[in-house]
Amino acid sequence: MNVIDAAFERLKTGNKKAFIPFIAAGDPDLEGTKDLVKTLAKNGATVIEIGFPYSDPIADGPVIQAAYTRALNKGLKIENIFKAIADVSSELEKEKTLVPFVAMVSMSIIHRFGKEKFIAECLKSGFSGLIIPDLPVEESFEISKDLKKSGLSLILLVTPNTPKERALLILSACSGFVYCVSVSGITGERDKIPEKLLQNLAWLRKQTSLPLCVGFGISKPEHAKVLRDHADGVIVGSALVRHIETAEKVGLPAVKTAIANLAGSLVSALNS
Amino acid sequence: MNYKLQSTPDAMGRFGPFGGRYVPETLIEALNELTIEYEKACKDEAFQKEFHRYLNEYVGRPSRLYFAERLTKEAGGAKILLKREDLNHTGAHKINNSIGQALLAKRMGKKRIIAETGAGQHGVATATACALFNFPCRVYMGEEDIRRQKLNVFKMQAMGTEVCPVTTGSRTLRDAVNEAMRDWMSTVGDTHYIIGSAVGPHPFPWIVRDFQSVIGKESREQCIAQTGKLPKVVVASVGGGSNAAGMFYPFIHDMDVEIVGVEAGGRGPKPGGNAATLSHGAPGILHGAFSYVLQDNDGQTADVHSVSAGLDYPGVGPEHSYWKESGRVKYTNVNDEEALAGFDLCSKLEGILPALETAHAVVEAMRIASKLTKDDVVLVCFSGRGDKDCYEIARVSGESLD
Repeated sequence: MNVIDAAFERLKTGNKKAFIPFIAAGDPDLEGTKDLVKTLAKNGATVIEIGFPYSDPIADGPVIQAAYTRALNKGLKIENIFKAIADVSSELEKEKTLVPFVAMVSMSIIHRFGKEKFIAECLKSGFSGLIIPDLPVEESFEISKDLKKSGLSLILLVTPNTPKERALLILSACSGFVYCVSVSGITGERDKIPEKLLQNLAWLRKQTSLPLCVGFGISKPEHAKVLRDHADGVIVGSALVRHIETAEKVGLPAVKTAIANLAGSLVSALNS
Repeated sequence: MNYKLQSTPDAMGRFGPFGGRYVPETLIEALNELTIEYEKACKDEAFQKEFHRYLNEYVGRPSRLYFAERLTKEAGGAKILLKREDLNHTGAHKINNSIGQALLAKRMGKKRIIAETGAGQHGVATATACALFNFPCRVYMGEEDIRRQKLNVFKMQAMGTEVCPVTTGSRTLRDAVNEAMRDWMSTVGDTHYIIGSAVGPHPFPWIVRDFQSVIGKESREQCIAQTGKLPKVVVASVGGGSNAAGMFYPFIHDMDVEIVGVEAGGRGPKPGGNAATLSHGAPGILHGAFSYVLQDNDGQTADVHSVSAGLDYPGVGPEHSYWKESGRVKYTNVNDEEALAGFDLCSKLEGILPALETAHAVVEAMRIASKLTKDDVVLVCFSGRGDKDCYEIARVSGESLD
């Protein structure tokens, strides 16, 4: 069984909800990324999304864009992300902390790096799945075959304006979990959970046995409290990255504390 | 070449392997809606009639085909004919597409328009169309381009458009496209994005090429009427490639006509020094399409440079990649220095100030003409007038107009 599926099975048995944090690789640097991954793994993360910095991330809001720019300005290379993730995978394995990693990566990077090579590096370094935000389902069939062969999940996105018929096609091609986008727009913190999202989740629930996880705009324990009755988990990115962007000023230990606190409050909101 | 070239994209939105849609799921429905509406509009005589009425009465089409006698003499070979897109209302070819897409937006019941702009010509054209059809409009423009193109910023604002400075990345056209796409992600229900070049996800490259192909259609007829034959060579500058796509497309099946696209050679072939995507790039993904792109080995988009803001773009339309790989069109490049000299020469010999984008095409056309005979015709897409570039040309030559 793919470790993502296993992680959700465990949650289900314990009647718990998933907390899926996102951080950008190489921000503040790759050593920091390793540290932050460990912090998140030890503070209740079900799955950890590792963002591969890209120069033109059109789905991302200012916070994640800035994180990508910081990382790229320091000369971050894709192969070094894989090295860092391989390191942290083996460290966590030694400690018997099993948290699956998912790569959030643009198709531009995969194409140029080489699809086969990218998949091989994912397997070698310990990734369990991919989210390719600029690869709509129609374009995904080719890579989907290769991923399936390799045992990697392909997590696809469903948005508020995805028609139902299309959502069914997406569900049939999706594995691991369904990334339910809360609003039409880009990543970034928002105040409220839209009513339409809850209706969409109810409909999706009837169509698939895959876990439904909500992302885009999820930043507060209050959001988690609302969503825990409607979804199987939440994805939190910008709210965490906003803490990481202060690393240079306050130092990494302070960032780790802030992130552990936010993770703790989200996990308890999801499961209390 | 022994196979038939594809004229429209296939069901996956591709010209050969190039094109497609590499965009977030949020935009897919809007692109589907646009494809369906555009297909209907293509077959709708009333829509086409309205479009051509605006091109005629408002834009001032057909634009003239002018025999440039002194440039011809200077080159010393083939006759050089200029397709005067600079004489269009707003001074460039961009208005053809902006009018077409604004009409399409009206047809789709959209309430708001957004656009990106590099040199500012597409921004001005879209601001113009939005004033004409009463759409609120926001144009994203890189900070660096705002500095280079102050006059166009003023014009857009005068027509009621909001110009939104883009401060991310290289602060040029590429970043403006990113910001426009992000805006569209949040506003896709009531907003139409008028993309300015033959780039982006399907169906944009196809729509833009079609609206611009009035350039090539008129040129072809005018050339036959004025010289009694088809041109030997057709030349146009290529940034994203909209004027070139519009000029080339009606000639693409005239196999005796050579077609040449001219990219920005900038300061030279070294990475970061030019914007000659088809000459120095490789197939990859940028702004929603699979096409040639200038990027590093990790897939990160490279920095580009050209003295011409309109050519300063690291990607190119997918149909150009298709034409390149099929061998139908040859792509070459002209550097900054040569383009500036071309601006000077064209201004002094013909009394016509070319846009710096256009100057690239003029330089290449003179090179080509010099190797042909006086019975041959070289047809150049004179894509825009140079007024907008005067400040920048003065600056790089150490003068100031302030």
